[in-house]
Parts: sequence; structure tokens; C-alpha cells
Amino acid sequence: MEYHLHTPVSKSDVEKLKAGDVVYLTGRIITARDKAHIRMAEYFASGKPLPFSLEGAAVFHGAPIVRETDGGWEIVAIGPTTSARMNSLEPAVIKHGARLIVGKGGMSAEVLDALREQGCAYLSMTGGAAVLGARMVRKVLGAEWQDLGLAESVWMLEVERFGPLTVTMDARGGDLYAGVRSRVSENIKAMRSD
Amino acid sequence: MEAMEKIIEDATVELIRRAVTTLPQDVVAALETARAAETEATARRELGIMIENVREAGRCALPMCQDTGIPVFFVKMGHRHVAGLEDALARAVRRATELVPLRRNVVDPLTRANTGDNTGVRMPYVTYSFTDADYLEIAYMPKGAGSENMSALAMLCPPVVVGVGIGGSADACMGLAKKALMRPAGSKNPAPAYARLEEELLEQINATGIGPMGLGGRTTALAVHVERADCHTASLPVGINLQCYAARRASVRVYEDGRVEYGGE
Repeated sequence: MEYHLHTPVSKSDVEKLKAGDVVYLTGRIITARDKAHIRMAEYFASGKPLPFSLEGAAVFHGAPIVRETDGGWEIVAIGPTTSARMNSLEPAVIKHGARLIVGKGGMSAEVLDALREQGCAYLSMTGGAAVLGARMVRKVLGAEWQDLGLAESVWMLEVERFGPLTVTMDARGGDLYAGVRSRVSENIKAMRSD
Repeated sequence: MEAMEKIIEDATVELIRRAVTTLPQDVVAALETARAAETEATARRELGIMIENVREAGRCALPMCQDTGIPVFFVKMGHRHVAGLEDALARAVRRATELVPLRRNVVDPLTRANTGDNTGVRMPYVTYSFTDADYLEIAYMPKGAGSENMSALAMLCPPVVVGVGIGGSADACMGLAKKALMRPAGSKNPAPAYARLEEELLEQINATGIGPMGLGGRTTALAVHVERADCHTASLPVGINLQCYAARRASVRVYEDGRVEYGGE
């Protein structure tokens, strides 16, 4: 199935999605890599409100190449980073309202549990397809935590038909990577017995 | 000599721009062959997006991937010493960071403070070899992190190019693995036994079924390159270094008369 979703994304939108479906996203995405995840965890621990809302949010694992323009920013290239680095910090982000996590490579069993408990899905974007990615960004809405460096700041981006994104971990416990992993281990076993 | 330094600096800025915005034709061809061989729809779609992105990057002179990596140079020195070479390379990296532009990726390993211009302590990282040629050859490999953090399968960005170093000492072996990634995708080791090893490894890696982006399929590696050095009778060091399908590389020759020639091996 192919879905066109708008942010903020509702729980019922997410519950429709099944591993293997394709999603195009319109609205706002929030970028967050390692350092932004660490800072979000600090804010959660102290109860301090974030400078952006995670309610119904699409959190994107990645950071763009940007060029400063007159009074603003231009996105030159944007694509996903490896999501597994954020494994330990993602459940808290999901509990604070995120509905979609977009990255590459998939995440841990603990994250899969959090997706199911909260009604959130993980979407895979093609790695390195950064010129096509930048074309789907309409506008830079803002950048928070710029003290983390431009590659680790939280960028708020307005996107249009951002995709195709493949649903690889859904809110029902479906995990496309688990299927691939079990086939891969069978294939390796077969090679060894040759 | 000052003029030569400036020629090298300017040529290196252009070298970096070419490396991050265009993918060598051998890699594009490998992606196209892989797409034709895929039977699964998801794998075909992923490879199709990769090919389209590479085309558009070249057409618009934009970095194909947002991870423009850390600056890694391989320099073949000609028979003449070039004063101020490393400073010229570092200046070129700073200029390219602004001009192309590149993402600012270089940080202190402990404090994680960003240096802001992609240079720093021992960065750019330069490996030298020496020839008797009347030119200096500079090859550039923007090395992204996805293909470098290779502690688990999930960290990879398949399809990959696999560089294998075999023999030498521990450090030499890892160096060979990285050097192997500079070869054209799918080129063969001249020694038949090592070429056979490359073929066997490629076949086995692709038989795993990991597929593009780890979503299943036949294309997990585009090529396997093995580079060898002879080693101690008591050891067999093996080093592995991976490069994402965006296997970016470019080289330039700077002649003693100031002539500059891009491309080539």
C-alpha cells in the first residue's frame, strides 16, 4: 500500500501502516541525530519543555548540508543517518509523542516495543539520496540547538511528498529487518554446509 | 614554489568538488547491472532511487550525499619535493567546505567539539607513496561515517564496495583495505588467486540476501577488492574497510610545469 500522510500524524494514521508499505510525508519534519537525542533525554529528565513539539511529529535521523542565505537557510542535501546509534534514546522520544521515526538501517527490539506501545512507526529512507531529498524540502522553518554544530542541530523543515519511505517497523510489531535477518542466517547456514 | 602551492590548492578544491558531486562511471554501471538483476520490488526501487540521485547530483553539481565525509587523501609524490603540500591540502579542504559546500563533520574525538572547517589535528589524513613520475598525483576519497562504523550489519548502507587488506602488519593491512576501495568498482586483482578470492567473496556476500538498505535482495555488495602484502610466517592479518554505494573518488595530476589533469587512476 502507498500512503500520503500529513503532520501532525495521528495514532490512527500510524496504525494503518504495515511493514512493506510506502509512505510520502507532507508537513513538518524535525531532524535529530546523536547529540540532539542526548539533549532531549536531559530535558525529559529535568522536566524542562523542549523548544519544539514532538506531538504527532516525524523525527528524522539525519542532518542536512545547509547554505546560509539572506536571513535564512537553504538545504543543499539531506539524507538519513544510521538509526541504530539512537537505539537507547529513542523509546523516550516516542513516549513524548513522536509518531514517525525516519532513518536508515532499522532499530532495536526495545524501540520496536516502544513503537507498539505508543503507536509509532519506523520508516526507512534510501541512504545517500540527498539531492532528491533536498528537492522535497520546501522551506527551513527554524533551527534549534545550533550550539551543537550545524550537523547536529535540530532542523525544522517543511516538506512536500517526502519519500518514498518504506515502513520497515510498524506499530503492530511487524519488523521487515527481522524477516531479512532470519532469511540471511538461513542463507549463511546453507553456504557453510556446502 | 609559491606558485606551485597555489596551483595544487586550486586543483584540490576542484578535485573535492568533483569527488562529492559525481560518481565514477564504473560504480554507476555496477548499480545499473545490480538493478537489472534484482527480482524484488523493494530492492529495485531502492537501487532506482540511488541511480536517479547520482544522475541528478552530477547534473546539478550538488553533493550526492549529505555526508560528505572526512577528508582522506592518497598522494603519489613525483621525484620532486613540493614544499607546503599539506598546508595547501588543508587550505583546499577549508575552501571546498565553503564553496561546494561540504557538511562540517570533523570533531575532536573526546570533547566532540566541531572544528568548523573539516580540518584539524592530522586532518586531512594523507597517505603517501613515491614514484619517479614528473607529476604529483592527488586522489581524494570522501569517507562517510555510515560505511566506516561497521560494528554491526545494521550500520551499513548496502550496497557496499568491500575493501579487503590481506597480509602486511596490522596497520598496513587496514591501509591496504582502504587502498582497495580506490580501485574502479569490479576491477580484478592481477594475481589470479586473489581475483578468485574476490569473486568468491562477492558471490557469498550477495548470497546472504541482505539487499539494498538491508531490506532484502541480491545486491548487498557491488564489488569486492582484495589488496595484498606479503606477511610474517606466523601471522595472517586481514583488514576490512567498507565503502557505501556512493563510492566517491577522484584524482588529479599536477605536472612540474603547472599543468593539471583530472581523472585517471
